[in-house]
Amino acid sequence: MKTINSMKFTFPAISVNEQTSRAIVSAFLVQADPTIEELADIRTAVSEAVTNAVVHGYRNSSGNVELCIKLLASREIYIRVKDKGCGINDIKKAMEPLYTTAPQEERAGLGFAVMQSFMDSVHVRSKPDSGTAVIMRKKLKTPPCRTS
Amino acid sequence: MPVAMQSENSCLVASLSGELDHHSVRLIREEIDTAIAEQHPSQLALDFSGVTFMDSSGIGLILGRCKVMGGIGGTTTIYSPPPHIKRVMRLSGIERLAKIESTPSRKEQSN
Repeated sequence: MKTINSMKFTFPAISVNEQTSRAIVSAFLVQADPTIEELADIRTAVSEAVTNAVVHGYRNSSGNVELCIKLLASREIYIRVKDKGCGINDIKKAMEPLYTTAPQEERAGLGFAVMQSFMDSVHVRSKPDSGTAVIMRKKLKTPPCRTS
Repeated sequence: MPVAMQSENSCLVASLSGELDHHSVRLIREEIDTAIAEQHPSQLALDFSGVTFMDSSGIGLILGRCKVMGGIGGTTTIYSPPPHIKRVMRLSGIERLAKIESTPSRKEQSN
């Protein structure tokens, strides 16, 4: 599908950048004029993916997170959050609601459930010791002023 | 401060504000747990009316406080979550552990 606009950001996997990543997404999406609900959905999904990279990907190491965001034709938003951390051994298990490897840190185990609920599709590519990429897509509704 | 604490009889009111994510909940958790340990309230009221964003880290915060309050025989109630935050709460099934009261907020009730 044709890309109308795209940007890529790389930042250290530190928790303060969870908020930064949401701000980046909000700024990028202004051009697409999403509804308040669509914007909140995408911001929440991105926050979950970036938090996973910070909390789990780089649990015993440090590194960068890459956030790639695209506005595609037909008002589809493509987001990829990538890290070069420890990777996921069992993706299916990791995506089960309430499953967490960090219960002592009060992780609810709902990150992927939130991403799946708020986005149209979520795909995870991961390899132990190589890293993880979470790819999410969401098609925005046509704003009422453009329907005619 | 992302949390303002206030005591009313045996109820501890924690008014949360701003964005609740993995980064910000750590400080909030410490503040609330310190107040619970000092005051032993029978009810914890989490006022979400000033919260502008929350992801599943906020669910972890609520679940943890429900556990702490349960440990001293108390209850937890959530007040006035904005619509999008309520969606995250519903997705988690948190209302099985903590009652969600839509309106009015704790602040409005006390005025």
